[in-house]
Amino acid sequence: MASDGGGYPVEVAGLDHWFGQGEARKQALFDVDLRLAAGTLTVLAGPSGSGKTTVLTLIGALRAIQKGNIRLLGRELAGASADALVLRRREIGFIFQAHNLHDSLTAEQNVRLGLEVHGAAAASRGQAAARHMLDLLDLSSRAGYLPANLSGGQKQRVAIARALVGNPPVVLADEPTAALDRESGLNVVQLLKRLGTARGTTTLMVTHDPRILDLADRIVRMEDGRIVAEGRL
Amino acid sequence: MTGWLERLLGRLPLGWLQLVHRPPRFAAALAGVAFANILVFMQLGFLGALIESIALPYRALEADILIAASDTNTLADSSPLPRQRMYEALAVPGVAAATPLFFAKLDWKQPDGTIRTLDVFGIDPARDSLAILRGNPAADALKRADHGLVDRRTRNPPPGLFAAIEAGEPYSFEAKNRTIHVAGTVEIGGGFAADGYLVVSDQTFLRLFPQRAAGAPNYILVRTEPGVPPARVVAALAAALPADDATPRTLADTVARDQRFQTTQRPVGMVFGFGIVIGALVGSIIVYQVLSSDVADHIREYATLKAVGYGDAFFLGVIVEEAAILACFGFVPGLLVALGLYAFVSASVALPLTMTFARAALLFAGTMSMCVLSGFVATRRLARADPAELF
Ligand SMILES: Nc1ncnc2c1ncn2[C@@H]1O[C@H](COP(=O)(O)OP(=O)(O)OP(=O)(O)O)[C@@H](O)[C@H]1O
Ligand SMILES: [Mg+2]
Repeated sequence: MASDGGGYPVEVAGLDHWFGQGEARKQALFDVDLRLAAGTLTVLAGPSGSGKTTVLTLIGALRAIQKGNIRLLGRELAGASADALVLRRREIGFIFQAHNLHDSLTAEQNVRLGLEVHGAAAASRGQAAARHMLDLLDLSSRAGYLPANLSGGQKQRVAIARALVGNPPVVLADEPTAALDRESGLNVVQLLKRLGTARGTTTLMVTHDPRILDLADRIVRMEDGRIVAEGRL
Repeated sequence: MTGWLERLLGRLPLGWLQLVHRPPRFAAALAGVAFANILVFMQLGFLGALIESIALPYRALEADILIAASDTNTLADSSPLPRQRMYEALAVPGVAAATPLFFAKLDWKQPDGTIRTLDVFGIDPARDSLAILRGNPAADALKRADHGLVDRRTRNPPPGLFAAIEAGEPYSFEAKNRTIHVAGTVEIGGGFAADGYLVVSDQTFLRLFPQRAAGAPNYILVRTEPGVPPARVVAALAAALPADDATPRTLADTVARDQRFQTTQRPVGMVFGFGIVIGALVGSIIVYQVLSSDVADHIREYATLKAVGYGDAFFLGVIVEEAAILACFGFVPGLLVALGLYAFVSASVALPLTMTFARAALLFAGTMSMCVLSGFVATRRLARADPAELF
């Protein structure tokens, strides 16, 4: 699972993707190449419908690759079986636009779900790890709260804790701040950046928020299914 | 509970937490499972009582083998057979004794005008026909004309009657234009068809039922020589007797046949079987409804967990966990209510409803499999949780 030394944890090459069948078949991605350096925060920007989410779901092993290649942590995703894709997802921390917390579980239990996917050994230290993660996100006083009793920003921070508690080498986030006000949105991304730097996590984040762009190590712009520009701050 | 389940499962008890998070739905599901359990318990109880009450009068007999007309299905519907068969039976090796038994029904009119139906046993008082008469001080009175003994477990008797009779108070009632003097009581136990039993001598029986002939009893009760297996004597009797009018069977075989006939051929038995099926269906449908709407409600959460890397086995585990919890927590109140109803029915209509461990265990196993099966069906909805749609 180690991200081989100075290599790229994520390497996308010649990626095409289509949606729909027959007449309605429509190409969403055209020859996308992208390499993410270890420990960096890359922001994927671009207009609506440009293919950002599609790239994210393909890297995240949530969709089968149709054409092209993605090497995730040195191993090819193209051609993998559905069961294999499920296992590969455990190497990734996902942060969604909606927090998608489980409403029946407390903050701490939700975070533990992010760890227990790694098996019984991980589960046995679940409580301590979840507490530690909530602590890092300034949520220790909310550990026992159900999502219904948390504010939007707190919920998104719990979702981040759930994504990071398993110490994933790669984190994928799609507009993680869209549901938050500007203040807490900025907070959340600063946290993500701080934890990512401390842990050497490679992060790919889709966002429209201009202030978040300032925090990125690198910005990739997409338009109409193609990568059109690259910038390093 | 959460901590205990967590240790048991080695993971967060997600199914449990999901169920308790929605108390009304959880309560409704438990009530449904409990209701189905009560329904099935009552049907099984009545079926068990039917089976048991079919056996009770046979147990009163002093016999290893019963010879009856070949077309006999139950104790009450035997056609008379020639008494000659008794003498033929006595000549068969291994037969120690043989005695006739007459059987008929009699209305016992109560002071308030209501009627109890009695099954009447007519026996030869000089011989051992009924095991229940051994050591009964009133047995001798049967030798007197128009004297009888009444089953003290007769349903809804006049209050205090049996206590008075046992204390020696004379009691008589009119039937078939004769006066029957009740000299004492026996203990047999009521069934579904009759309210109780009356034991009289063969002479009294023939006076009560003049259309019956002394030469044509309903049964011949056979006792075997000690140490001779009844099955072998049955075979010898079958060879010796004409097959077209007399069939010998061991007492146990006769009881089993009667029970099988009444539970599978008679509406009363089939109704109970039908009730069991209905109960199982009701329970399964309720559990399926609850589990599948629970899956539907959590489809986003499940999709998120799929995205995180949880496989199908995990979700199946969660739903089976929910099913097992519903089974356990629904079964216990169902069992408790059923126990109460059993006691109530036994006391109020004198039917022997008894809970056996085997019945409870069987129903628990049935409940568990129904719930888990419903859970498996409910997981089909999981296929709709597509993690790619989450972003
Ligand atoms: N499940 C789908 N079925 C069919 N077409 C799809 C599907 N998902 C995306 N598309 C199409 O693919 C193209 C790229 O979509 P994508 O969601 O990747 O864009 P995006 O850059 O994430 O947009 P936004 O900023 O609005 O989230 C769009 O034209 C979209 O309509
Ligand atoms: Mg998108």
